[in-house]
Amino acid sequence: MMRQFLPALRLTLVMTVLTGLVYPALITGMARMLFPRQAAGSLIERDGHVVASELIGQKFTRPEYFHGRPSAAGDGYDAANSGGSNLGPTSRKLADRVRADVAAFRKENPAVKGPLPADLVTASASGLDPDISPESAYLQVDRVAAARHVAAQRVRQIVDAHVEGRQLGFLGEPRVNVVRLNLALDAGLR
Amino acid sequence: MYSNGFFLVTVFFLAVLAATKPMGAYMAQVFEGRRTFLHPLIRPLERLVYRLCGVEEEREQIWTQYAGAMLMFSIVPLLLTYLIERLQGWLPFNPQGFGSKLMPPDLAFNTAASFTTNTNWQAYVPETTVSYFTNMVGLATHNFFSAAVGIAIAVALVRGFARHSAQRIGNFWVDVTRATLYVLLPLSVVFALVLVSQGVIQNFSPYTVVKTVEGGTQTIAQGPVASQEAIKMLGTNGGGFFNANSAHPFENPTPLTNFLQTFSIFLIPAGLTYTFGRMVKDTRQGWALFGAMSVLFLAGVGVTMWAEQSGNPVLADLGVRQDATATQPGGNMEGKEVRFGIPASALFAVVTTDASCGAVNSMHDSFTPLGGLVPLVNIQLGEVVFGGVGAGLYGMLMFAILAVFIAGLMVGRTPEYLGKKIEQKEVKMVMLAALVLAGAILIPAAASSVAQFAKNSYLNPPGVAAANTNNGGPHGLSEMLYAYTSAAGNNGSAFAGINANTPWYNLTIGMSMLIGRFLMIIPLLAVAGSLAAKKMIPVSAGTLPTHNGLFVALLVGVVVIVGALTYFPALALGPIVEHLLMYQRVLWS
Repeated sequence: MMRQFLPALRLTLVMTVLTGLVYPALITGMARMLFPRQAAGSLIERDGHVVASELIGQKFTRPEYFHGRPSAAGDGYDAANSGGSNLGPTSRKLADRVRADVAAFRKENPAVKGPLPADLVTASASGLDPDISPESAYLQVDRVAAARHVAAQRVRQIVDAHVEGRQLGFLGEPRVNVVRLNLALDAGLR
Repeated sequence: MYSNGFFLVTVFFLAVLAATKPMGAYMAQVFEGRRTFLHPLIRPLERLVYRLCGVEEEREQIWTQYAGAMLMFSIVPLLLTYLIERLQGWLPFNPQGFGSKLMPPDLAFNTAASFTTNTNWQAYVPETTVSYFTNMVGLATHNFFSAAVGIAIAVALVRGFARHSAQRIGNFWVDVTRATLYVLLPLSVVFALVLVSQGVIQNFSPYTVVKTVEGGTQTIAQGPVASQEAIKMLGTNGGGFFNANSAHPFENPTPLTNFLQTFSIFLIPAGLTYTFGRMVKDTRQGWALFGAMSVLFLAGVGVTMWAEQSGNPVLADLGVRQDATATQPGGNMEGKEVRFGIPASALFAVVTTDASCGAVNSMHDSFTPLGGLVPLVNIQLGEVVFGGVGAGLYGMLMFAILAVFIAGLMVGRTPEYLGKKIEQKEVKMVMLAALVLAGAILIPAAASSVAQFAKNSYLNPPGVAAANTNNGGPHGLSEMLYAYTSAAGNNGSAFAGINANTPWYNLTIGMSMLIGRFLMIIPLLAVAGSLAAKKMIPVSAGTLPTHNGLFVALLVGVVVIVGALTYFPALALGPIVEHLLMYQRVLWS
């Protein structure tokens, strides 16, 4: 077996240079040339500073903004510490958390009756989910409109414009990107 | 949305089916040393590699030399990775200044073993622990190496069937080099660029600090993600650049990237079934394996998708709506992303555990009991449903040998497969591989469920080993069982609530990974050597055909029965009892 040691060492070094340095450098160079915005994280600027990545969810708590899903990343939407709750279906902690979130949502949105959509009160896998379901957005329209002193109809129109359907007609689920929606609200309604 | 889920699975399956023949034919060309359309570009590079490494291309090896080379090409990179991890504080591409203290010896060993064995179990949180250099040079390189080794082993075993009265089963160095240069690298380059176009990041910037819309601050992790993401999926490795793995929007930003990632897990393993058929000069044999794999795949997807869409009755009681409508996905959304919803999350979970990938786009720990049972069982069956690159094919061939042996026992004839007599030695080696897997899962899982440690002890600071689980009751047992199943099966996915970053878990899980990899490969190489030496016996009236529906059914039966007999007691105490208790509304702290 020792006869195999030298070829193993040499192949390890050659392949490490090729797949560990040359390959990622090549991809980085091509990505920067072909898709510079995506390669840098799809960052959005407002008033001259970076305000968000359109792919990464943010924590929203004020009534005039649409709220995203509960997040288990760090202390909420920590984009340097991603992850889910990893609570199982028979976890008391999960049941308690959902109960509290359901109550809080009903308090903030007193007009909402009936059961809440599952995505609105469950933590995402990444803790950085930028999206909510269209239903979860529509349920917040009245609150956002009231907080901004505008007609609900105008807010609803902005939500409508931000509903993305399934990609290619069958992939994934209909969704609303909360960060882009809130930025559009700020831009469109004062 | 069952109809949408059904449509998704149909399109996915047809895509895999369509890719199998071209991919498989191409790989057969590569490993038989014939000219491919990439030769003008890659052949000079291949020659250069041989020259730099002192490899004689034409010189083939007997099985013990082949196994020795494989071991050396595992040990040397493992040690290199261990060094890189321990020294990362002094190495470049480390804008966040992650020091070596973050990678203590037990964690560095676990991680090096994990990536060497194609497991990609991650006991650390990547974005708070490892530098870009460690990710690229220490870890992602193994995504190529371990995948290439898997393919090489599968090809060597296939040569064992294809050759007769021969001593040699190929040249390990050549097989590994060709797998990397002709198969893994070109696919990765193309796939990585497609991923970037959809939003996967690729840069060496420090983490971006943004002033958020509401005026707070958010630090966004960056890095060379796309290059690692592509080989992570194509090589069925699964080790994420971020803790959330393929659920992280920077790893998997859109439903399209998600579909392509799911597809890329199966691309090479499915193709290898055709490569196998080509090399043994009877493509029906490859399609029979493909058929058996498809049956198990579709059954798994059906159960998981149904279980996850049915949701969690405990949440329904709290006023949560879990039926799908046109404007919301419904189902068990804890630990899932809205852009994927239930069908694409369930499909991914099944595919990643059918294969030995272990990437996740949703948190398996938060699945319903039956939805989480399927990934667990998939790994325990040996990941033979298309399986890891190479590993799936050699695992399924192991079961095929077992199946003809059992059929032979039933009718009282000497079993044969592909014109080779299956005798004592082959069956012994195959049984050894099967038992080693079960032992490396069940023994340490049982030990962890009872192991006693003092609080703040070196081996396990939280105290008893069972205290590291994030969930009580049967789900806690499932977390431990899943950890060792994932390790020994070289999968790498997790019921991730368990705190496995303690010396006890790092060392035992690390050992399970090494045992599950090498004590499986070495017996199979022995089988390859022994088969290659045998004479080819002609087909007679007494030969059991191994390319028809009867054999597919027999093969599926053997896989399921061996798995069920081995793991049913453990599963009954974990997910099965949890399912029953969930409908009784029994909760655990």
